[in-house]
Parts: sequence; C-alpha cells; structure tokens
Amino acid sequence: MSLLDWNPEDFSEIPYAFYSDEEIYRRELKRVFLGETWNFLALECEIPDAGDYKTATVGEVPVIVVRDETGAVNAMVNRCAHRGNLVCIDEAGNAERLTCVYHNWTYDLRGNLASIAFERGIRGKGGMAEDFDRSRHGLQRLRVETFRGLVFGTFSADAPPLAEYLGPEMRANIDRVLGREMEILGKFQHGLDGNWKLYIENVRDTYHATLLHSFFPTFGLNRLSMKGGIELSEGGLHHLTYSIGATDRPESQYNARDLRAVKDGYALNAPELLETWPEYDCGTTLAIQSIFPNFSVQQVSNVVTVRLLLPKGPDKSVLIWWILGAVEDTSEQRAMRLRQSNLIGPGGYIAMEDGAVVGWVRRGVVGAEDESSVLAMGGRGVERDSDSRCNELSVRGFWQGWHGLMRGRAA
Amino acid sequence: MTGASALPVRIDALNRLYGHAIDDGDYERWPEFFVENAVYKITTRWNHDRAMPAGLMLCQGRAMMEDRVSAIRTANIYEPHHYRHLIDPPVLTGGSGGTISASAGFAVYRTMQSGAPEVFCTGKYVDKIVETDGELKFSERIVVCDGERIDTMIVIPL
Repeated sequence: MSLLDWNPEDFSEIPYAFYSDEEIYRRELKRVFLGETWNFLALECEIPDAGDYKTATVGEVPVIVVRDETGAVNAMVNRCAHRGNLVCIDEAGNAERLTCVYHNWTYDLRGNLASIAFERGIRGKGGMAEDFDRSRHGLQRLRVETFRGLVFGTFSADAPPLAEYLGPEMRANIDRVLGREMEILGKFQHGLDGNWKLYIENVRDTYHATLLHSFFPTFGLNRLSMKGGIELSEGGLHHLTYSIGATDRPESQYNARDLRAVKDGYALNAPELLETWPEYDCGTTLAIQSIFPNFSVQQVSNVVTVRLLLPKGPDKSVLIWWILGAVEDTSEQRAMRLRQSNLIGPGGYIAMEDGAVVGWVRRGVVGAEDESSVLAMGGRGVERDSDSRCNELSVRGFWQGWHGLMRGRAA
Repeated sequence: MTGASALPVRIDALNRLYGHAIDDGDYERWPEFFVENAVYKITTRWNHDRAMPAGLMLCQGRAMMEDRVSAIRTANIYEPHHYRHLIDPPVLTGGSGGTISASAGFAVYRTMQSGAPEVFCTGKYVDKIVETDGELKFSERIVVCDGERIDTMIVIPL
C-alpha cells in the first residue's frame, strides 16, 4: 500500500515515513508548494524602489521578486525561457531589464521577453526561426499579492485571493504585529538537519514550548498557566497561538523536581536582556503564527520576526529568519528589541533548541518507517480553537491541511 | 624588540589564548578576555556589510557573556560538542585614543557526537583592543561569519 493511501482518521497518528519518503517529498513539491497555496516571497521593504529585485524560492523553484516602474510587485520563475539558465544570479539588485547572461535574452520587469540577441541573425544568416513568437516565451509568472508588507506568490490559478486564503483571524494578528512601517534589523539562515515538516510541527506545537525551553518557564516568558489560546483558520491550514504574560497563575506542576526545563535559582547576571515594554494594547506577550505551508510570524515579548522554511530534500531544510523593528521605535525600544533578539535565531537561547530537536527526531525515527507518532494531547481531531495550549490541536490541523492537498492518486 | 613591533605578536597570543580557552571547554574564562563593558557580537558578512544591528549573539558587557556561559552549563539543551579554532595572525587596521583596531581570519571546526570534525564556520574577527594593567583585552569583538547559514545551532561562542 502506498503512503499516499494513508487514512488519517482524526490526525492523531502520523506515519514517521512522511519525514523521509522520496515519493511523498516529490509530491509535496508539486502539490503543496506549487499547488493551491500562497508562498511567502519577500518583505516589501526589501524591494522599495522601482527596479529593485531579489531572489526567492518556492519549494525548490527559484523565483525573482521585482518591483516594476508602476510600483507593482511581480514574481517570475528565475529561469530563462531559452535554455533554463538562472536570469538573476545576484541575490538582490536593481535593474531596468532582466538579462540572462548566457545568450543575452532580456526581459522587462513583468517577465515579458523584450529582446533576443541576434534575433534576425548576422548579415542575413542565422537568427530565430520565422515562427518564433516572443510574446509566448516570457518568464513564467506567479500570481502575487501583498498584505501588510508581506509579499506572497502562488503558481495556482485556483488558489483563493490572499486575504481569503489567510482568513480573518490570521489577518488580524498579522495586522496587529506588522501593521506599521517595519524595517529589517538582521537576517540569518538556520540549517536544519531534518524534513521541513518536523520544524513546522515544532512551530505549531504549543505543548513543547515550556518543556524543551528553559527560558520560557524559568523567566515567566511563557507558561501554559497563562491565559492564552489556539486559533486555527478554516480547514486547519494556518494557526495562531498566544499568551498574555500578566495573567499567569500559580501552577504547581511547574516545578524543578518534575520538569527538567524549570530551573530554580537560575538567574541572569544581566537581567536587562529580558527588559520589555508593553508594545500591544491587548497585553499579548507571545504570539506564534504559521501560514501554511512554510511561513511564520512571531512575537516573543518585543522581538518581532518572520520565518520562512525552505525544504531541501527529504532530510534537510533551511530556515530564514528576518528580525524586524518598527521604523517608529525609540532608541530605548530598539535597544530592548536587539537585546531580546538573543532569544531567537540559530543562536537564540530559545530557538537554538528547536534547531537541535529537529535533527534528533530525524535520527530517532530511522528504522521506524512503519510506525507513527502520537498527537493526542488535547484530544483527537481538529477543532477550530481552544483556550488551552496544553494541546496538539494546531499540529493536527497542519496535517489536515497537508492531507487535503496531498491526497488522491493523480500526480 | 620595541613595544610597537611587539604588538602584532601580543595580539596573536591573545587570539590563541582565546581560541584555546573555548576549544578546551574552559568557557568561564571566555568573558575574561573582555573589558567590563565590552561588546561581543556574532553576525554574518551579509549583515555586517549592511550594518544590520541584530546579531546571532549580542552581548553588551561581560555580564551578558557570563549569562551565555551559565546557559551553556545549565539552561540550554544541545548535543555535546566542541570546537577547534584555527586563527590567522592578526592584521592591524588602525587605532586611536589607546584603542587598537585589528582583524584576524579564522576557521572553526565542530565535532559533534558522530565523532567527525566538520567545518562549522569560517570568518574574521573584527576587534577593538585596549591595554589595561599591562594586559590586552577586547573592548569589542565582532565575529563576522562568511556564510549566512548556521548549521543546527550555535550555543558556544566563536
């Protein structure tokens, strides 16, 4: 029986083979990343001016994101229509036309083929075939839409408009966190030793946060005893979890005897690392949001990041971190954001451990291709929301969304 | 040998002692290579070239470095591993008001539980160095990694 015949029932058991199987991976590239999903491409502030471009990746497909003369953002596959060469070699730049270095074919900023070297030949000899129609040989275009400075693209003609794809709950949180002029404070790549879904599960896993990461429970940055919750978009595709630090109540299960991550007497010599200011009227001190398939918006105290996870084969993935600040930050606020950014990224007191655990799970499930993980915390099945984060609901929601795109026999 | 001509040799010795302290797992000694209010930052060439202020690690003062060390010892979860630093002789890039600017290329190999050393990071140190009580110490050390990508995690300073 093929893995593609998986009967998910209530999404509480996930075959380990899904994290290593080649056939599953190839289908994901086609059905998930190039299918009816919106993929994060860039921040608008990375390409502020006409002619600014940067390269991006959808699944494993190379893409160019460019702002044209009208101010619109376009995205095209970074593949010359002639022989498949990369058109943009630099990761970013500014150009009036995009020129392939191989044979000097040039494209306008919407991907239309503008000129071909020696199109009419030389001295009447050679040149392109008579029937060659330039208008039919542009760069392959993606649909592009933006929301609050985030640029998304899709290969699908059938995907709903971006706003509808995100849904009202997800739009509200993006608006809350990013609905002001933002700028980039740093950008880092985190190489992960495991399948992309192991990390996405981790992003959506509210159960692990205060058990794996000492910094969350020890310093009261996040505890499941705080008021908070989980919200899923329709179908479970996207998720948002949040907590409100000021609402924490005593919880006897958070003690150093029973939980490794809780450290009695552990303190910082430089507690200013965790100095915060109340940035949001709602009091939310931690909000982690995933936009299917591979994008995340995160607020940990005053650290604002967006993350994009790129699959690199069944066993590898790369996470790109953009660390953001608001243009309107005071110098004190900016200093706090930068100190708190020690919590996140590949060297972050919290986030480094997520990088490690992806590799450990990959190694742990070798030889267990016929076995499954258990996702029964908080019950089974996929509800739309929960006021408890002691729950694996959001992870089950991911698998429901994933299965909806992957199921069926047709390639 | 005059004091001036000895300076590159003294900075070279400082870099070697620094690398050895980390490679030997003597992390408590690592903050001692810095003056009290020194800045230690790990970043990448892309970020450094664009003057991006955030770091992979950003310690403002020795107390924040000591917190990194206590986290290595007690708080953070990671697979045990160690480094081997290979550090170039330094290039002196300037100096004023008692502060010496210097730079040195490095390669750091990381050996995880698998037992196979692998190149973890190459880059350069961009340093500001001061002399206090006859000893050279860093008042600023910016670690500029050549690559943008850090494999799995970085818990031990470079």
